[in-house]
Order: sequence, then structure tokens, then C-alpha cells
Amino acid sequence: MTSGLSVKGLRSSLAGPFGLTVPSGTCTAITGPSGSGKSLMLRMIADLDPNEGEVWLDGQARAAMPAPQWRRRVTYLAADSGWWTDRVGDHFGRDARIVVEALAGRLGLGRALLDAQVAHLSSGEKQRLALIRALLVKPKVLLLDEPTGALDPASIARVEDVLAEFTSTGGALILVTHDPEQATRLGTAQFRMADRHLVAA
Amino acid sequence: MTPISLAPTDLAIAAALLVLDALVSLWLNIRVHRQIAIAAVRMVIQLVAIGYILKIIFSLDSPPATLLVVIVMVLVAAREVAARPEHRLRGVANLLIGASSVGFATLVTVVLALTTAIRPQPWYDPHYAIPLAGIILGSVLNSASLALDSFLGSVGRERAAIEARLALGDTYQTAIASLVRNAIRRGMLPVINQMSAAGIVTLPGIMTGQILAGLDPLEAVKYQILLMFLLSGGSGMAAAIAAYAAAWRMTDKRDRLLLDRLV
Repeated sequence: MTSGLSVKGLRSSLAGPFGLTVPSGTCTAITGPSGSGKSLMLRMIADLDPNEGEVWLDGQARAAMPAPQWRRRVTYLAADSGWWTDRVGDHFGRDARIVVEALAGRLGLGRALLDAQVAHLSSGEKQRLALIRALLVKPKVLLLDEPTGALDPASIARVEDVLAEFTSTGGALILVTHDPEQATRLGTAQFRMADRHLVAA
Repeated sequence: MTPISLAPTDLAIAAALLVLDALVSLWLNIRVHRQIAIAAVRMVIQLVAIGYILKIIFSLDSPPATLLVVIVMVLVAAREVAARPEHRLRGVANLLIGASSVGFATLVTVVLALTTAIRPQPWYDPHYAIPLAGIILGSVLNSASLALDSFLGSVGRERAAIEARLALGDTYQTAIASLVRNAIRRGMLPVINQMSAAGIVTLPGIMTGQILAGLDPLEAVKYQILLMFLLSGGSGMAAAIAAYAAAWRMTDKRDRLLLDRLV
């Protein structure tokens, strides 16, 4: 039994088949042009889009557990974050306030942001808050879709620091990025998505 | 007091107002005189036709014939519900949702009213069943189509928010709960407004009709109150069924949001 995420023959009418293994404690970085199928693959692994094939986590089959339970363990973070109420703080559990504030501090976000309106946030602030929101679920695997796309260099370094900590404490990470240097900095393994298929980088 | 029967000449005098409208339209170049004429002729033909059909159905006094009329009315209403929303579900789903929401809500409220409150002998007497079904259908149709329109419109707009919740491990039920709530609220607003305005801003049509037909105002008011209760009950049911059925149609066993089921 391998610890981590393993993907076999994952396909839909739109993309694939994909095969991939991401052991716990490692990061697989995927680069490739827009529209090549990177987000589609992440969405299929999270079971958000209809798909065929097998996905396993720590030896447990995805098909054997309810989808919400799977997504709490293998959590997808979209490039465009979604917000369902007006106030930022309502998107985090009430008891999580201390953890959220600590993470917000590490990512360069003021704690006042939690009481702000979502409509007043910049896209970079939203992106980092969405990352905090995903980390709070305590997933085993994070599927990140361009998590630093809207950030300045200083903030990118802060996010990468948090992500490195995630993998060093046993998390598995699939990182879709447009930045080859980031792929080299964080990726234990690297792939390129070309025309809806995965190729070694 | 007996109803004052209208003679053809009485209607002809009222029709003179229509001619006046048409003349004003010609004179001010508003160019609605043709539409006025066509709409007026249509209205007269449709109403006279339904008058004769009702006369025949009433004289037949046969439960299957009554049921058939009600079913046809429900199907026409279902088509309206299915066709009105700006965003529609693929295939026959919209029509099925329209028929089930409108049909169920109408059936339950009409049967309830006929067997408990109005109690004609027999309870399915077409004199009562058909007009009652007609009034309730009108209101229920409105609620179901508003609820459906609201849900199907918001689900596309709120895609990022819904999928963010799904990705964090919320169930589909939880992720769309607020959309369903808003859709039902939207569907019930007209009947709530109608109830609050009744008697102050508007004299409801049924009540006015009964008073004109010679009924004691208080008796007419009691009928109107009964009807308002039936309408709000029916509307709530129809809006809830339409919203929940549409929500259920947009997902699968893996708690996904299937936006490709929308046209």
C-alpha cells in the first residue's frame, strides 16, 4: 500500500486518460498553456466533473466513499475563488478564528479582512483567503489551480512557504502553475500538460 | 337579490369604449388600434367558447369529463411554467417539473377545498371543481415559473460559490440550500403581496364578481379568504416542488453541479 494519491486511467469526454502518483510529502507541479486541460484534470480528481477511472488515497478507493468525504481529503482550489455570503468571516468556521488569523498573518493579510465584505477584497486577497479556507479542512491532498496567479513576489514567497510546510508535514500537493520557476522551486516531480494529455517535463 | 343578467346591448355600450380607444390611437398615431381590435375579438371568441364548453361539461355532469378538462388545464399550465424561464433544463425535464409542481399543488388544494370547506354534492361537481381549479392554477403557475426561473438563473450565476463549497466537502444539498430558499421565496412573493393588498389596494376579482352577482358582501369576503388561503398554500407547494425538483435535476450521486444540463 502506498501512502499518497494515485490516479489510474482517469478520463472524460473532454480530457485524459491521466495516470499519476503523488506520494505523501511531495509536490507534483504541472505547467502548460491555458486550455490544455490542467484544471479539467484537477476537477476530475476532485470528482467535480463526471469522469471514469480510478483514484486512490492511501490505498482507499475514491469510489468507496461519499463524494463530500473524498473532497474533504482531496481538496480542489479553483483559480477563481467562490464566495457564498457577503462577509468574509462567514466562510470560516466560528471556532477557527485563531487558526485563520495566524495563517492570515503568515500570508500577509490583516486580521481586519475577516470582518470585511467579500466585494471589497482584491483578487490576491481572495486567493490567499481561499487557500486558508482549504487548509482549514485539513486535507491530505491539495489540488491547487494557479494559487499565486494574482500575487506580488513577496506574497508568492509567503504562499510557497505555507505550501512547503503543507508537504513537509505529510501533505500531497498537485500544483498547476504558469511559472516554470515556481514549478522547479516546489515540485518534487514535474509534468507538462499538452493537448489534454500529461507528458514528462 | 338575484344576478342582473346582461343583454347584448349592454355589452355593445361597453364596447363603445373600445371604439373610443381605437379612435384615440388613430388620432394620436399610437398605432395600437389594430392590436386593440384583434385582442378584443380574440377575447370575445375565447370567452364565449369557454362559456359553451363549461355549459356542456356542466350538463354532462360526468366525473371523467371533468377530470379531463382539469388535466388539459394543468398541461397547458405546465407548458407555460416550462417555457417561461430564461434558462431551461435540457430535454423534457422542464416540462416534467412544470407538470408535477403545478399538477400536485392544484390537485391537493382543490380536493382539500372541495371535500372540507365548500363541500358541494357530489364533491367533484364540475360547477365548483373546474372554476376552483382554474383560479388556483393561475396562481400556482405563476409561483412555479418564478421559482424555477429564479433557481435556474441563480445556479449559473453562483457557479463559483457552489463549486467552492462542494470542493471543501459540503454536500450538494448544503451548497445550493440558499438558492433553493431564494427560489421558493421568489415564487411566494406575488401571493403574499396579493394577501397584504387585498381589500385595501385591490378588491379581489372573485369577491367583486360575487358581489356583482348579488351575493352578500360578507359571504363574498368569506369565499375570498378561503381562496387566498388555498392560493398561498398551493403557491408554496408549487414553488417548493419546482425549486427542489430543478435542484435535484442539476446533480448526480457524486454531489456534482451539472451545469451542462442547462440549455
